[in-house]
Amino acid sequence: MGGEPPSEELSVAAIRNGTVIDHIQNEATFKVAEILRLDGAGEIVLVAMNLPSQRVGKKGIVKIEGRELTAQEADKIALIAPEATLNIIKNFRVVEKRRVELPTKVEGIVRCFNPSCVTNQQSVNTCFEVLSTSPPTLRCVYCERVMSGGDIILK
Amino acid sequence: MLGQGGSVTSIRDFDRDEIVNVLAVAGKMEAGDHYGLLQGKVLAIMFLEPSTRTRLSFASAMMKLGGQVLDFGDVEHSSFKKGESLSDAIRIVAGYCDVIALRHPWEGAARLAAQIAGRPVINAGDGANQHPTQTFLDLYTIQKVCGRIDGLTVGFVGDLKYGRTVHSLATALSRFDCRQVFVSPPSLSVPQGLLKELEEAGVEHEQSEDLRGLLSSLDILYCTRIQQERFADSMEYERVKGAYRIGPRLLAECGVKDGLRIMHPLPRLDELSPALDETPFAVYFEQARNGVPVRQAILAMVLGKV
Ligand SMILES: Nc1ncnc2c1ncn2[C@@H]1O[C@H](COP(=O)(O)OP(=O)(O)O)[C@@H](O)[C@H]1O
Ligand SMILES: [Zn+2]
Repeated sequence: MGGEPPSEELSVAAIRNGTVIDHIQNEATFKVAEILRLDGAGEIVLVAMNLPSQRVGKKGIVKIEGRELTAQEADKIALIAPEATLNIIKNFRVVEKRRVELPTKVEGIVRCFNPSCVTNQQSVNTCFEVLSTSPPTLRCVYCERVMSGGDIILK
Repeated sequence: MLGQGGSVTSIRDFDRDEIVNVLAVAGKMEAGDHYGLLQGKVLAIMFLEPSTRTRLSFASAMMKLGGQVLDFGDVEHSSFKKGESLSDAIRIVAGYCDVIALRHPWEGAARLAAQIAGRPVINAGDGANQHPTQTFLDLYTIQKVCGRIDGLTVGFVGDLKYGRTVHSLATALSRFDCRQVFVSPPSLSVPQGLLKELEEAGVEHEQSEDLRGLLSSLDILYCTRIQQERFADSMEYERVKGAYRIGPRLLAECGVKDGLRIMHPLPRLDELSPALDETPFAVYFEQARNGVPVRQAILAMVLGKV
């Protein structure tokens, strides 16, 4: 066993209370951290990348001490890391585990990629119908264009 | 069901029953005189993009029902051009009328307008997105000239990439039991998204470059203009244009059905030979006329008068 990589538990430090976002597609790790605006916050944040994962190849993990995610943050994560799981940690234990899940409508958090869309011409709260969740595919309720993957730009 | 206070922004909002219902009301409008039905009502025609046919046919529909028309005229001379926001303009115009017909270059403009107007808004074209009254008149024409929509094979030819009338009609026909055939050069073929949508709806469809091979299977041939701007190379434009030019000879050579009917949203360039105009195949002028009863129906429905 000597040549085995250390387990995640060993490579990433533990938190007492908070949230662990696991199974982030490796490349999306920093975007997840960005969504959570972790840099400006006072909470302790641990970001790990290139961890081995059976489900998503290489994965990232983001751990935040002391808080849970807002619904809006969870929706944003679902858009860029649809395979991610949220683990709520209480007293060093995982007390709740769930997959991020897109609602049927995504409001306000995404910008439409169509420059002729009315939402890019005047201030309108954007709204998208979710056509599929993984990979996320959205249809703009206004201009009706369908976008997925790299077309999806978070506001 | 479309009713009082409802808006018509996209054909996507209409399921089969709702479409059938609008077509039935349009049939009644065409069959009888309904002058006075919209007496005392005012339609605001707010077009921020050029149009002649759609604008006139909205006005005609309103007048035939005894309503009045407030036309904001040429965009170039209206205050809407001077940086007034669409939302502000809509709120103001809504105060002057009972229903708004809006044409606007921004995609989704009608959806936004419908949310804030407090009055029915009818989308008369929002950029490259939707033009639902055109789709309704296309469907109405198909039903009228073929006696039904189900069971038909509808072929689209021309610019299927940018042609919004094609996209909307294909979406609408996916609510019916139609086979759809798309004929175009590869550079102007239907968007992948639309094909995927048809697949998901279980619509039987086919894509081809070869018009000749497909003509004999069609009940409806829906032609669209191929615009030169879409081609970098003018030789290529001429070649494509030649390959999809439709005239009596081609129809005879390909052994088309006697019942084949040819539609076109107009204006046409030379994709349809004028020699077809007097043949039973040509229904494009009738199609343009059908814009009036269809718009009468929609106006009456959103104003709660049917
Ligand atoms: N107290 C803790 N502090 C920090 N991370 C934790 C803590 N408990 C569990 N984790 C991490 O949360 C994720 C989910 O934990 P667990 O449910 O035990 O594992 P798995 O989902 O792999 O079965 C794992 O990445 C694990 O390393
Ligand atoms: Zn849009």
